[in-house]
Parts: sequence; C-alpha cells; structure tokens
Amino acid sequence: MTNDKDSPPADPGNYDAYFTSKENDLRWYREMLRIRRFEEMAARSYTRGKISGFLHLYIGQEAIAVATKEVLEPQDRVVSTYRTHGFAIALGSSPGACMAEMYGKATGLVAGVGGSMHFFDRDNQLWGGYAIIGNHVPVATGHAFASKYLGDDGVTFCFLGDGALAIGPTHEGWTLAGLWKLPIVFVVENNRYSMGTPLERSIPVSDVTVKAPGYNMASDRFRVTSVAETAERLAAAAKLAREESRPVLVELITYRFRGHSMSDPAKYRNRDEVAESRSWDPLERTYNALMHKHGMTEEALEELDDEVVAEMEAAVEFAENSPVPEPSARFKNILVEES
Amino acid sequence: MPEIQIRHAIRDAMREEMTRDDRVFLMGEEVGHYKGAYKCSEGLLEEFGERRVIDTPIAETGFAGVGIGAAMAGLRPIIEFMTFNFSAVAFDQILNNAAKIHHMTNGQHSVPMVFRGPNAGAHMLGSTHSQAFEPFYAHIPGLIVVAVATPYDAKGLLKTAIRDPNPVIFLESELMYGVKGEVPEEEYLIPFGVADTKRAGDDVTVITWGQGVPVALKAAELAAEQGIECDVIDLRTLRPLDMESVLESVRRTNRAIVLFHGWPYGGVGCEIIAQIQEKAFDHLDAPVLRVCYEDVPMPYAENLENLVLPTPERGLAAIREVSYAR
Ligand SMILES: Cc1ncc(C[n+]2csc(CCOP(=O)(O)OP(=O)(O)O)c2C)c(N)n1
Ligand SMILES: [Mg+2]
Repeated sequence: MTNDKDSPPADPGNYDAYFTSKENDLRWYREMLRIRRFEEMAARSYTRGKISGFLHLYIGQEAIAVATKEVLEPQDRVVSTYRTHGFAIALGSSPGACMAEMYGKATGLVAGVGGSMHFFDRDNQLWGGYAIIGNHVPVATGHAFASKYLGDDGVTFCFLGDGALAIGPTHEGWTLAGLWKLPIVFVVENNRYSMGTPLERSIPVSDVTVKAPGYNMASDRFRVTSVAETAERLAAAAKLAREESRPVLVELITYRFRGHSMSDPAKYRNRDEVAESRSWDPLERTYNALMHKHGMTEEALEELDDEVVAEMEAAVEFAENSPVPEPSARFKNILVEES
Repeated sequence: MPEIQIRHAIRDAMREEMTRDDRVFLMGEEVGHYKGAYKCSEGLLEEFGERRVIDTPIAETGFAGVGIGAAMAGLRPIIEFMTFNFSAVAFDQILNNAAKIHHMTNGQHSVPMVFRGPNAGAHMLGSTHSQAFEPFYAHIPGLIVVAVATPYDAKGLLKTAIRDPNPVIFLESELMYGVKGEVPEEEYLIPFGVADTKRAGDDVTVITWGQGVPVALKAAELAAEQGIECDVIDLRTLRPLDMESVLESVRRTNRAIVLFHGWPYGGVGCEIIAQIQEKAFDHLDAPVLRVCYEDVPMPYAENLENLVLPTPERGLAAIREVSYAR
C-alpha cells in the first residue's frame, strides 16, 4: 500500500482528481448532508435541553462514514466509538430511532438505555458505540477472530480516535490481530485532538502508520477530502484484509469542526487552523463539484437540502412524540432470559 | 469565612501542598492546558509549570503506574482520573501495585500518592459512565478511601491525603463540584477515619457519604417535617471506617439506614450494616435498610435513571419504614 505523507492535493478547489460521476457525487453529497443536518438538529435539541448526557458531533468527518458504507460487504462489521452518529446514519439506521435514542425514548436504537454514546444497530452492521477509550479495539479484534474462525469472509472495520493510540487495549488488540493474521481494518480517525490535547502531546510520533510494522500490519495514510478517494483507499485496505487475512492500519487525517462535545468551546484551536481545515471539508467540496463540475444549479442543491432537512425534522418530531421507556424496562437485558 | 466551590477547595488544597512540598505534582488527562475536565486545576499550570502539572495522553494504566513508580522513588503524585469510571483501566495498577507494594517489599517501599476524581452517576451518562467505585477500592487492604461532600471536607481531607504515606483513593462528585461552602482562610487538616455529623437528631441514624450526603440531608429535612429527627452521619472516610460514631448514634436512635450512590450488592453499605449488627445488635429496633442504586446497570433515559437513583423520597420512605411510621 502507499503511505502518502500528509499531502493533500494542492488546491481545495481542484475537483478533477477525486470527483467522479454526477450520480456518485450527488449520492455521496446527499449522504454527507444527511449526517450533517442530523447532527445540527441533535445539537439544537441538546441546547434546548431535550437531549442530555454527552453529545459528540461528527460534523467535518462525515465523508468517512459514507465511504465506509460504500465499501462494506453484507458480512462485514463496523465498530466505532462514542462519536458514532455518522456511521449509524450512513449505514442505514433510521434517523428517527437515532434521534429518539438521544431523547431517551423507548423507540430509540437501543430503546433509550444508551444515549448518544452507545449506538448499536446490528441489523445495519453497526456493532457499537463504545465510550471507554480503546476498550473496543480488542472486541473488534474478536469479531475478526470469529470471521476467520467461521470462514465467513467478513472484514471488521474498527474505528478509533487519535486519542486511543496511547492506551493499552489498542496495543493488545493490534498485537493479537497481527499475531493471528486477522481480517480487520483499524481506521484511526485522526482529527488531531483528543479533547483539548493535540496529537503531538498524545503520542511520541506524528505519523501513526509508523507503528504498523510492529504489528505486522500493512498501512495507508491520507487526508480525507472526498468520499471517492476515501472509499477507494478503504476498499484497497479491506481487500488486503479479506483476501490475505491480515490486519491493515489506515490513518485518516480529518477534523472535527465543533468542540469535543457540546460542553467544549474548543478554545485550544486557533481560527486559521479551523479555517484551513474547513477549506477541505468534503461536503463543501462536493457541493462545489456538483455546481462547477457537474453543472447543477444552486436551486437544485437547495431543493435537495430542503428534502434532507425535512427528513431530519421528521426524525426530531418522531423522537419528541415517542413514549419514554416503561419503568420495568430498567430490569431488562441484565442477563439473557431464556424464553 | 469565604464561601467557595468544591472544585476550588480541591484546587486550593493542591496548590497549598504543591507550594509546601516540591515533591507533589499533579498528573492526568487535561489537567494542565485545559485546566481539568471539571476545572479543578485552574491556574495550577500557570503557577507551577509543566514540570509539576502534567497533561497525559489517554493512558490510565500508564500514568497510574508512573505515579506509583514515582511515589516509590520519593515523589508525591496526585493522579487525576477524569472520572473514576476510567480508573477501571488502571485497576491492576491500584490493586496489585499501589495497595501491595508496601506489604510485599516488607516495608522497603511505600506508595505515598493520591488517586482523585469524580465518582458515581452524574446525569444521563449511561451505564459505563455512571458507576460508583468505592466498593471496589474499599475492599482492598492497603488503600485508604475518602469520599467528600463539602468544600471544607474536600480541602482538609485532600491535604491530609497528599501528606499521607499511603495510597489514597479520593472520591469527588461531578454533580457537586459547584457546591459552595465555607472554608477557613487559615490552614487546617482533617484526619482520616473521623465521620462528621451533618445534621443531629435522635430518632433515626442516616449513614451516608459523598454524593449521597445532599440526598440524605434532604431526606432528613422531609422526615423532620413529619416529626422524625435524623442523625445524618457523613462518613467522609470509607477505609478506615469511623464505626465509633456510627455505633454511638445507633445506640441512641436504635434505627438506621445507609444511603449512598452505588449498587446494593456487596457494597460499603453491606459492611456498615454487618458491623452494626455485630456490635449493636441489642440496640436495634428495626432492620437496617439501604437506599442506593437499584441493582441494574444505569440506564440513559431520564425516567429510568430517576427510578434507579437514590432520592430524598426513597430516603424518607426508608426512614419511615425503620420508624414503623407507615
Ligand atoms: C479510558 C478513558 N479515559 C478517558 C475518557 C474520557 N474521554 C472521552 S473522549 C476523550 C478524547 C478522545 O479523543 P479521540 O480518541 O481523539 O477521539 P475524538 O473525540 O477526537 O473522536 C476522552 C479523554 C474515556 N472515555 N475513556
Ligand atoms: Mg481525536
């Protein structure tokens, strides 16, 4: 695999390299927009006190979830963190059920017991939803172990933040995946911060993929600027994992446009840095490509936006009108009850 | 006396001890540049610099262990867990190193350090972020376990903890960092193993600590409206346990409840009740009851969480029950 250093295409306004057919670009744009509008409405509901607990938004990183959906086979799995809404929406979870989960409603993805941090939707290949940093890495490795054991040809995509690179379970999961040659793609979503801590104060190296050889992993590293490129390179990683049964490490350089959570004003980042990152926003770039490369009109794109907003407003309405869990629900699912 | 928040009492205790003793340092996630996830270390980085206020990556086993090793070599670490839920990652270090080293080296080494941070459920954080860890740590010989509920206690006990030659688990509360109270300007220390009566009464003993204290006080207030006067005992230290104060009160009231944030099964409440029945059986007029979490993982949904948590109303019901005031 290639190992590009942090070298994005020279010009954010260059749409040739990684924008493809109008059909693809439009579909991906819509999916990214669905996530962004969903997140904006979640933020609004949080501000209005309808959502509580922690709320970590995926705004800025949407292309990753959309690209993942693009390369997923039906037998594959996605394991992620507490910043999962984007994956749920991209993988096909109902926005209403996602929103209702955060409202703590009975109709939520996990019936209101998990909230924003614990999205699980097995039917749509989303296997979590974990919020103790790094503790999902061995678990995801176990999913890959099961795939190899059963010979089901499945690949597990395990997403982790840059903040999960220092913690023990990551090292242990990677070690076992490398040792046992498991079909798993570890995707580090390097948005450059773990809470207020920049990467350079988290790990002793700046290129995460230098770790890969120590676990006998292949690796790739690039800046996320479009769904097309991200999907292409994730697909290559998945192919290696699937066909050669070996772990692959992919470092995605990305950015969260908002604070760590709703309670974080993100004062530790300067304006220039945020602006520079925004200029690479895959959503914004795809919008521009649709206009300038594919000749779509502003009106057509606005219409699409209205549709997406209507879908997400319906999700909010669904959440608001849903019932809270029955009181007895708190005693459910503590142990498996044989029926 | 000035009124300050618990977070500032904690900060002031750390600042005074760091000023007094160069060996004391603070280490943990976001403690420096971010000033603490709950702003308990505001100003410390500016005052003491990066040598002594040390931001760590997310690596609980690592920095807990580094704290232990540094303590053995003569330093006085304060290790902050962003919340005690994350101390689970470092459990081996605390259980098998911090608590054992003095014993297993036949006293060649000691581990003078503090592990501190918020403990127990906050508001709608779900099952992995709402856990009370005192039963895990109070179970272990070789540790001291403290839980604080007022600025006065937080400051006095944290200073004691920092100076103590043993590893101390120091439990705070995310919900209570903003609670205000009087703190003297002159220096003071509060010894371990001394409970504090937060409200006096002769009818029912209410034993509590940490985040349970405001709930117990509110329950006692409700009981008083119904003519039942409660002795509310804030244990403040869970290991060692001030059973003398508890027994003195129970011998007087003949009735007791234990109210706390945490699961009922095998918890600190059980230990207290076991000791009461061992040492004051003849004085009891009613079984001792527990008011605490229901025996379930904490659900996120607000209506469910409210049912699981100990509330003043549930406290009142238990107070009435042991008073046979049904
Ligand atoms: C073991 C553990 N320690 C601390 C935390 C608190 N915490 C939650 S998210 C976070 C930052 C994680 O950053 P990163 O992995 O980069 O993911 P991002 O938030 O950027 O998506 C921290 C410190 C935790 N959840 N688990
Ligand atoms: Mg990050």
